[in-house]
Amino acid sequence: MNTDELSGELKRAFPADPGDLRLLHERLAAAAQADGILDVAYRTVDSPVGRLLLAATEAGLVRLAYPGEDHDAVLQSLADRISPRVLSAPVRLEVAARELGEYFGGQRRSFDLPLDWRLSTGFRLAVLSHLTGIGYGQTASYAAVATLAGNPKAVRAAATACATNPLPIVVPCHRVVYSDGRIGNYLGGPDAKRALLTLEAAK
Amino acid sequence: MTGKQPFEAVVAQHAATVLRVCRAVLGAADADDAWSETFLSAMKAYPGLPGDANVEAWLVTIAHRRAIDVARAAARRPIPVAHTPGDVVVMDASESGRSLASSSGSDLDTDLAEAVARLPGRQRQAVAYHYLAGLPYAEVAAIIGGSTDAARRAAADGIAAIRRGYPNAKRTRAKGDSREHR
Repeated sequence: MNTDELSGELKRAFPADPGDLRLLHERLAAAAQADGILDVAYRTVDSPVGRLLLAATEAGLVRLAYPGEDHDAVLQSLADRISPRVLSAPVRLEVAARELGEYFGGQRRSFDLPLDWRLSTGFRLAVLSHLTGIGYGQTASYAAVATLAGNPKAVRAAATACATNPLPIVVPCHRVVYSDGRIGNYLGGPDAKRALLTLEAAK
Repeated sequence: MTGKQPFEAVVAQHAATVLRVCRAVLGAADADDAWSETFLSAMKAYPGLPGDANVEAWLVTIAHRRAIDVARAAARRPIPVAHTPGDVVVMDASESGRSLASSSGSDLDTDLAEAVARLPGRQRQAVAYHYLAGLPYAEVAAIIGGSTDAARRAAADGIAAIRRGYPNAKRTRAKGDSREHR
């Protein structure tokens, strides 16, 4: 028996099958949560606008990402900006996942979730925190949002804030459009933005 | 700036190896607890881990310490098992390789697991850390103590002992009475 054969034999004698590893991962997520070291928990949910990544800190939902953003890159940026203690842990995101399901099913018009705003600062935070005032099925112009955020001249900055919203759908930047009818930039792409506006128009 | 990868990636890359190592060093009965405690302490310490650290060696080092803790705790259980803290054999050899959920393991695999379980602690650790975790002997020595040469000798002695017992197990099985020696 040579070294490689021996390593192979030992691996068969001491197995690590996926079912065991899944259970151990669940146990780790629960223990990390109990010990207060689960800094960022995440999961994915399937939706009509693609597979969405949801991430939450202890404080609340901190990031929602469209597939086009590259979920691995988003997780890496959360590790860089918040903490590298990032773990797949669906339990913390159960309520968020359920509410999103209800929203896409047409049974929910607003979200009742704790939000962690730490990825937004300054004027962008001011813009985003005013968006929840735009009701389901309604739209507002970038100019109106800039005014609400306290700087009527900062229309372009308001548009950038919406286009880089770390919590799309839940913080409804998709309800902000240009006053001339152009739909504007959106993290999930223009089709996703149109899909959400269409969903909300079908009351 | 890109810093440390998400801890999830560390789990994804090393979960299987650490579980095999825990099973080889401790036996299946205690391996799950050792695995859980290893990754929980690793996750606690992860933000402070130097960026250029060898993550696999770091995890095996933690697993080695947790295995000693788990063995000590096992020694305090109502039904004692003969061992010393440095010698972390606490397994019921017939249980080795089996765990939490279903594990497919042929008799041959079970025989090898039993042969590993019968090794003295240092030999078993040296075999597991070198042949299962793939660590070079210098790293193995840093974990189990002693010189690189001593670690290499411990692994060689362990392999020699396995080879003495394991072919017999094969022959026994060929004769169809593999159950006899359990």
